[in-house]
Amino acid sequence: MRVAGKGLVDRSTTVSFRFDGQSLAGHPGDTLASALLANGVKLVGRSFKYHRPRGILTAGPEEPNALVEIHEGNQQTPNVRATVQEIFEGLTAQSQNRWPSLRHDLLSVNDLAAPFLSAGFYYKTFMWPRAFWEKLYEPAIRRAAGLGRLSGRHDGAVYEKAWAHCDLLVIGSGPTGLMAALTAARAGTDVILADEDARMGGRLLAETGQVGGQSGPDWVAGVLAELAALPNVRLMTRTTVTGAYDDGTFGALERVGLHLAPQADLPRECFWRIVARRTVLAAGALERPIAFRNNDRPGIMLAGAIRSFLNRYGVAAGQRVTLFANSDDARQTARDLHAAGIRIAGVIDPRPDASRSEEFPVYAGAEVIDTAGRLALSQITIRHKGSVTRIETDLLGLSGGWNPTLHLTCHMNGRPIWSPEIAAFVPAPNAVPGLIAAGSAAGMFSTARCLADGAAAARRALAEIGMSAPDMPVPEAEDGTYELQPLWAVPGKGRAWLDFANDVTVKDVRQSAQENFRSVEHMKRYTTQGMAPDQGKNSNVAALAVLADATGRGIPETGTTTFRPPFSPVSIAAMGAGGRAAGFAPQRFLTSDQASRDRGAPMIEAGLWYRPGYFPRPGETTWRESCDREVAMVRSTVGVTDVSTLGKIDIQGADAARFLDLVYTNTFSTLPLGRVRYGLMLREDGMVLDDGTTARLGEHHFLMTTTTAAAGQVMRHLDFVQQAFCAAWDVRTVSVTETWAQFAVAGPLARRLLSGFVETPAGLPFMGCAAVRLGGVAARLFRISFSGEEGYEIAVPARYGESLFRDLLARAETFGGGAYGMEALNVLRIEKGFITHAEIHGRVTAFDIGLDRMVSQGKDCIGKAASRRPGLTGPEREQLVGLRSKSGAAISAGAHLFTPGDTVGRATDQGYVTSVGFSPTLGAWLALGFLKNGRARIGETVRLVDHLRGIDVLCEVADPVFHDREGVKLRA
Amino acid sequence: MRITCPLCGPRDRREFTYYGAEDYLHRPAPDAAPEAWDAYLHLRDNPAGITRDLWYHETGCTAWLLVTRNTVTHEILEVALVAGRSAPKPARGRRAAP
Repeated sequence: MRVAGKGLVDRSTTVSFRFDGQSLAGHPGDTLASALLANGVKLVGRSFKYHRPRGILTAGPEEPNALVEIHEGNQQTPNVRATVQEIFEGLTAQSQNRWPSLRHDLLSVNDLAAPFLSAGFYYKTFMWPRAFWEKLYEPAIRRAAGLGRLSGRHDGAVYEKAWAHCDLLVIGSGPTGLMAALTAARAGTDVILADEDARMGGRLLAETGQVGGQSGPDWVAGVLAELAALPNVRLMTRTTVTGAYDDGTFGALERVGLHLAPQADLPRECFWRIVARRTVLAAGALERPIAFRNNDRPGIMLAGAIRSFLNRYGVAAGQRVTLFANSDDARQTARDLHAAGIRIAGVIDPRPDASRSEEFPVYAGAEVIDTAGRLALSQITIRHKGSVTRIETDLLGLSGGWNPTLHLTCHMNGRPIWSPEIAAFVPAPNAVPGLIAAGSAAGMFSTARCLADGAAAARRALAEIGMSAPDMPVPEAEDGTYELQPLWAVPGKGRAWLDFANDVTVKDVRQSAQENFRSVEHMKRYTTQGMAPDQGKNSNVAALAVLADATGRGIPETGTTTFRPPFSPVSIAAMGAGGRAAGFAPQRFLTSDQASRDRGAPMIEAGLWYRPGYFPRPGETTWRESCDREVAMVRSTVGVTDVSTLGKIDIQGADAARFLDLVYTNTFSTLPLGRVRYGLMLREDGMVLDDGTTARLGEHHFLMTTTTAAAGQVMRHLDFVQQAFCAAWDVRTVSVTETWAQFAVAGPLARRLLSGFVETPAGLPFMGCAAVRLGGVAARLFRISFSGEEGYEIAVPARYGESLFRDLLARAETFGGGAYGMEALNVLRIEKGFITHAEIHGRVTAFDIGLDRMVSQGKDCIGKAASRRPGLTGPEREQLVGLRSKSGAAISAGAHLFTPGDTVGRATDQGYVTSVGFSPTLGAWLALGFLKNGRARIGETVRLVDHLRGIDVLCEVADPVFHDREGVKLRA
Repeated sequence: MRITCPLCGPRDRREFTYYGAEDYLHRPAPDAAPEAWDAYLHLRDNPAGITRDLWYHETGCTAWLLVTRNTVTHEILEVALVAGRSAPKPARGRRAAP
């Protein structure tokens, strides 16, 4: 019910929303919780385990009970805190964990079965038979327990991620945070003030006390106006700082669009990574409930939350209010309600010496021992001066004191310190480097102390980074006493709730101790206390106190559980923003990409690159037909393919040749100018890293090519070798992969094709290279081949790539040739026994691939020493061989090799197949693979078995080079 | 985690590629005993405290960096260019002082 003249919501405008199908109205500035209470809705959910009716406990992000589903289009967001969700026109919310309806929930029978459902029930009961767990018990339990549900449909909404940097990050915009931000802002430093609330001001929006002679909200408005006008200040509302990480990095979740009706391109959330030189944690404090029998009914709320709903939202959550509180703080709730004309039926204060001079009844030295009311509170039972009294009430406010919101200070392994004075944990100093906890977050519970501490914290933070802040007067404000007498749980029978969200009671914690789960970490796991979406914000300290009592230890000796990020739930979609679908990996396109697609080529992913698989011609219905044709075309006329994905590294300097001698197993210092050499590169552990050709373009200028797969790895390796082992040498490397577009022109007619328009230096020999001009463009021509045919590769600056590709294709077609794709390229190289990373997969040596003679004896190279280790050479090694299907049946890569007659098993395994293709040239299925002692077994028969594809074929072991073993065609 | 690259300034760790312990810098002589090569390639300490390891500023200046940091506190004590360090003595054993 609204209270006239109270609250900061805009009563001139009405917003309609739906809750469980019922249309309700609220005002701009309302949360779902305040709007529901204004409409008299008290029952908003069912509890996790016992399906107990639950209402709204808090007015903030720590809410354990009022979790709802928000429905919008395909979206169904579960476990949304009604105390955080703002209402907007058309908002549709639904209660959770009940069936068929919130008022009549069939699973509330669980509550009757409560004696059997205490902590450890599942562990003890569903142990046998073992097989029943997955099929029967777990699914049944999951249906009964658990909270909201997802829609099960694709989340197509927009999420964002962003970075921010600042001198000072202030987390929280209550009195502490505002003073900290103002102090730093006036000093001219770069300030970010972040608050999870839609409106800044923190508790000042919920209190009636004066600040500097103004109302709290008025003082807040003045400060915010000043901050907003300063260019060095960024104000981030609806932004929860969720985690503290190394070196001043914080994660923060901004609710960008969750308070508005969905709009195209409006992100729902943005995940920020904020890097701050210094941080002031002004996150305030969270009020804690008191445990007693049936303390979980709708209509039982924290005293401070009642004050928030009254003063900020103008909502009276009840008409006949009782309070149960063990400090002076909750008296303010009673006074504010009383001043607003709401009846206070009694303040139950367990402190025997509590002041009774109020305008409403105070029961000093009394305790609430039970409550009544099925779907909403109707009565409480108190024990006072040895007698038991019942009081009619529809709203009970609880306050067991306040806990500093110190969660972020624990994110880097910091352990909080117990403060007996306020019976709460306070942050350890420097628990997070560069972060200062201030105000209530540091255990200071008066407005005046918070204001002063905020300013002091900012000055200290700035001084640490060599900046100074001007002295500033601290406005006068309430500086009341707190006078807490700890009370965690009222002794007595029945269930008294500690953790509302996970239905954990005092009895559960005591049982845990009884069964010897005495460590706080064990208690947590045994009872599930603190493991619900609220992560124990409302219950951790009380549960700890009960455990301490049950085990006869003090609270500091009992310890605390660890607070880990995130402070409050963060959607995975926000953290992974930009990383869905095509955003998962960047796409690299060749300059010929469009030309290939124009010809209908399907694209194959090669790392991040997209390469054409084949170029279908009319009438071809399978990829094999196109592939076979393209292979035959290259072998008989001429084919063109884009090889730009190969890594290209430009190497220059007087010591460039010497450097190549160190990184390659073979010698490059002897390579003549204008020639290309095949090189083999090892890792330092002796395994093959990569292979490729390197051309000598000048005396001190080389161009290295790497495989597509290892381009990045080789670049990293070259940089390491150069910087770590020969930093003083005159050699520099740079990747030029994307600078040049490079095309292979291969086939018996390749030379004729090129002679038409490239000034080919007369008689460019096999493995020669030359600078050429191509229509006025400086280009490079290499006579190298990956197909076994006479082959050239022509490179032009990338911007000319597409036109050159189209031109080459047009010319090739006049010779009866054309483009060929990855499939044909693969068959061509298998026919020729050329290896790729399918073969040099990181576990093979130069010996294994038959290239050990390429490891020069005359010089050192990376990997040489280790390549000679015992076990890396010899007949026991699996060696590269060719395989030819004997029956003509298809074979597969990944298959394993066995000696015919042997059983097929791990122990008899003789090797495996790495590459396979159908050779139209030889009319046979060919493969490359590794076979134990393979080179000595050429001519033998092996059995190729692939259980996954059901292949079992006899193959002939052959030399890896099937086609033109003498290289006549290459050198033609 | 942030690393202050001597060339580029403070950067997020996503710009860097981790390689491994500093040991990789102390390459044994080609004819060193197999034990020395074994130690160089495979044997690593796992210290709780100060450690020195190699990071590559891959999306930045491509410098290799020698980072001295504390594995317990996550504090980064020093970042130096691998190429800028004093010339390494050849064929040192493990755990050699820089």
